[in-house]
Amino acid sequence: MDALELARWQFGITTVYHFLFVPITIGLGFLVAGLQTAWYRTGKDTYLRATKFYGKLFLINFAMGVVTGIVQEFQFGMNWSTYSRFVGDIFGAPLAIEGLLAFFLESTFLGAWIFGWDRLPKKMHLATIWLAATGTLLSAYFILAANSFMQHPTGYIYNQTTGRAELTSIVAVLTQKTAVTAFFHTISSAFLEAGALVAGVSAWLLVKNKAVDVARPTMKMGLITTLVASVLVFISGDMQARVMTMQQPMKMAAAEAQFNTTDHASFSIFTIGTPDGKAPKFQIRIPNVLSIMSTGSAEGTVEGINDLQAEYEKTYGPGSYTPIVPIAYWAFRFMIGFGALAGLFALYALWATRKNRIPSNKWFARFALAMPFLPLIGISVGWIFTEMARQPWIVFGLMRTSDAVSVAVSGTEVLISLVVLTLLYAALAVIEFGLITKAIKVGPPENVVVHDDASSENERVLTFSY
Amino acid sequence: MELQTVWFGLIAVLWTGYFILEGFDFGVGMLLRIVGKNEAERRAIITTLGPLWDGNEVWVLVAGGATFAAFPEWYATLFSGFYLPLLLILVALIIRGVAFEYRSKHADLAWRARWDWAIAIGSFLPALLWGVAFANIVRGVPLEVSGLGNVEYVGGFFNLLNPYALLGGLVTLTLFLTHGAIFLTLKMSGDIRERAHALVTKIGLTAAVLAVVFLLWTQLSYSDKTWTWVTILTAAGCWLAGLGMNIKRREGWAFIFSALTLALTVVSLFGVLYPNVMPNIDRALVGLDIHNASSTEYTLRIMTTVAVIFTPIVLAYQAWTYWVFRKRMSSEQIPTPEAGTLGELTKSH
Repeated sequence: MDALELARWQFGITTVYHFLFVPITIGLGFLVAGLQTAWYRTGKDTYLRATKFYGKLFLINFAMGVVTGIVQEFQFGMNWSTYSRFVGDIFGAPLAIEGLLAFFLESTFLGAWIFGWDRLPKKMHLATIWLAATGTLLSAYFILAANSFMQHPTGYIYNQTTGRAELTSIVAVLTQKTAVTAFFHTISSAFLEAGALVAGVSAWLLVKNKAVDVARPTMKMGLITTLVASVLVFISGDMQARVMTMQQPMKMAAAEAQFNTTDHASFSIFTIGTPDGKAPKFQIRIPNVLSIMSTGSAEGTVEGINDLQAEYEKTYGPGSYTPIVPIAYWAFRFMIGFGALAGLFALYALWATRKNRIPSNKWFARFALAMPFLPLIGISVGWIFTEMARQPWIVFGLMRTSDAVSVAVSGTEVLISLVVLTLLYAALAVIEFGLITKAIKVGPPENVVVHDDASSENERVLTFSY
Repeated sequence: MELQTVWFGLIAVLWTGYFILEGFDFGVGMLLRIVGKNEAERRAIITTLGPLWDGNEVWVLVAGGATFAAFPEWYATLFSGFYLPLLLILVALIIRGVAFEYRSKHADLAWRARWDWAIAIGSFLPALLWGVAFANIVRGVPLEVSGLGNVEYVGGFFNLLNPYALLGGLVTLTLFLTHGAIFLTLKMSGDIRERAHALVTKIGLTAAVLAVVFLLWTQLSYSDKTWTWVTILTAAGCWLAGLGMNIKRREGWAFIFSALTLALTVVSLFGVLYPNVMPNIDRALVGLDIHNASSTEYTLRIMTTVAVIFTPIVLAYQAWTYWVFRKRMSSEQIPTPEAGTLGELTKSH
C-alpha cells in the first residue's frame, strides 16, 4: 500500500468532513449571539426561544467541529511529518497561537454559555456567547494564515544547511494578501451557510405552521444574512481570484482549463469535453470574463497551462506541474454555482414571504430544506479546488506533496487510520444528522425559564442539565 | 535562560495543566457508571463536567501546537513514530467528546448507556496511553537518521509496549482515577460523594504503589540528576497527604494535593528527560534534544511574546469558570427529563 496516496485520501476526507462543521460554527455562533442580544435588548420571549432553538443546533454541530479538529492537528505530525519538519518553524506558530488565543476562548466561554443560564447575570452570560463566537473567528484567521503559507509562501528563507524553511517575518505570514482575502472569503461563506441554515429551517417551520412567531423573524434574519453574505462572498471571491492569478497562475488556468495563454479570455459556464479533459466538444462561453476575474481588465492576459508547464519545468526541473484539470474546472464551477444558488433563493424567498405571506406551493418547503446544503457543497468543493489545484505542491514552489509524507509510517498503518477514521466519521455523521433533524422536528421550545439570580439557594433544580 | 529551555519548561507546564485538568475528567469519565448508580446521578456527574471538559482538553491541543512550533523535529518524530497509540487516543477523544454533548439529547436509556460506555472507554484509553507514551519518551526509543538526514522512529508498534512503559500507563491510569474520585467528593453531594470517597483510598493506595515503583525505576535507570529525587519524593509525599486529607474529609485539600502530585510527576519526568526531548534507547546513538529539535531563535521569540501575554489571560478566565461553577451538585438538582419515557429514568438499572 502506498502511504502517500492513503495519507492524501485521509487528509481529503477528514478535512472536508471537519469543514462541514466549521462554517456552521462560525456563522451560527454569531447569529445566535445576535438573537440573544435581541432578547437582552427587547426582553421579547420570541428571541429567547429562538436563541435556545438555534443554540441547540449550534451545539450539536459544534461538538463535531471540536472532535474532528483534534484529528487535524495530529495528522500533520502523524502522516505528514516530513512536511512538519520542513515548515514547522513557520507553520507551527500560527497553530500554537490558534490554540492559545482561539481554542481556549471558544471552549471556555461556550462551556460557560451552555451552563451559565442559571448562574450568570444576563449581561455577562450574553458576553460569553460573543466571546466564544470571537474565538471561532480568531481560529479561522490563524489556520487560514497557515494555509496561505502553503498557497503562497512568504516571510521565510530557505536554510541550505538544515534543509528547512525558516520564519523571518511573522507579520508577513499573518498579513499577506492571500491570508487576508482567504479570511474574508471564508468568513463570508460561513455566514452564507449559517444564514441559509437558519433561513431553511425557519422556512420549514413556517410552512409546517410550527412556532410561527419564532420562525418568521428568524427566517427573515436568515434570508437577509444569506443575501448579504452572498454579495460579500462574490466580492471576496473576486479579490481572491486576482491574488490567486498573480501568485498561482496555474491554479487559475486549471480552473478554466485554459491551455494556451490568451488575452480577452472568455469564461466557460459549461463544457462537455473529451474524456481526458484536454479539449472541449461543446461549451457555453462568456467573452472577457476570465480576463476580468483574473486581472480586473477585459484585455488582461491569462496564462495558459501549457506555457506555465514549460515555464515551471525551466524553474523547478522536469516533471508535471499541472493539477488534475477536470477536477479543478468543475470544482470551481460548482463552488460558484452552489453559492450563487443560495443567494438567488434567498432573494426569491424574501419576495415570496413579503408582508407576512406564507408560500403555499410544496416546492418552497422542499427548496427550503435543501437550502442549508447549497453553500455547504459550494464551500466543500471550493476547498477541494484550492487544495487540489495547488498540486503537485504541498507548499507552492517549495515542497512537493510526494516529498511531504511521513517516512516512519507504513502504508498499512495509514490504511488502518484511514479506515478507522472514515468509518467512525460516517457513523458520527448519521448520529449527528439524526439529532439535528430531531431537534428541528421538535422545534423551538414553548416556555423557557431563565433564573439569572446567581445568589439564590444552592439546591434549586437546574433549568438545564446534561 | 536560553529560549529552548524556556519552551521545554512551557511544554511541561502545558502537560501539567492537561494532566491536572483532563486528569480528573478522565477519572470521572471512567467512574461514571461505577459511582453514578442511576440516570439522575449520572446526569448530575456529567453536568458537573459539562462546562469544563472542553476547556480542559484544549491544554493538550496547545501542548501539541507548542511542540510543533517550538520543537518541530520532536513533534514530527513523535507523532509519526507513536502512530497507532496516537490513533487510538484520537478515536477515544472523538467518541468521548461527542458522548458528553450527545448523551442527553435523546431520552432513551439504551442510547444513554451506549454513550456512557463511549465516555468510559474514551477516558480509559488516553488515561492509559499518555502514560505509556511519556514513559517511552523518558526511556528512549530506537531512532535512526534517515536518508534525508531526519531523525526517525524505527521501533514499530510493539516496541512501545515494554514493561516500564506499561507500568507508566498504569500509573497515569490509577492517578487519574483517584484524582477523578477526589474531584467527585469535592463537587458532588449525597450518595455520589460517599461512593467516591470510599473509592479514593482503594484506588489511591494502588496508585501509590505503582507510582512509587515507576518513579524509583525512572530515577534509578534514567535520571542523571539529583534534584529529581526531590520532586519524586515530594510527589509521593503529596499523594499520601492527599489520601490522608480525603480520609479526614478535607476534600479541597485532597484535590490540591492530588493536583500537586500530578504536577510533580510531570515535572519529574520532564526533569529526567532534560535536555533531551526524545532520546535514543541507546544513549550513544543519535537522539533529539532541545537544540537539534528546536525552531529558530526568531520563532521562539515570537512564541515567547505571545505566550507571555496570553497565558495569564487564559489562566484568569479558566479560573473564572471554575469559580462560576464551584457549587456542589446533587442528583436532586437534575430537572425531570424532557419528555415521554423518561419517568422511569431515576430508577437504577
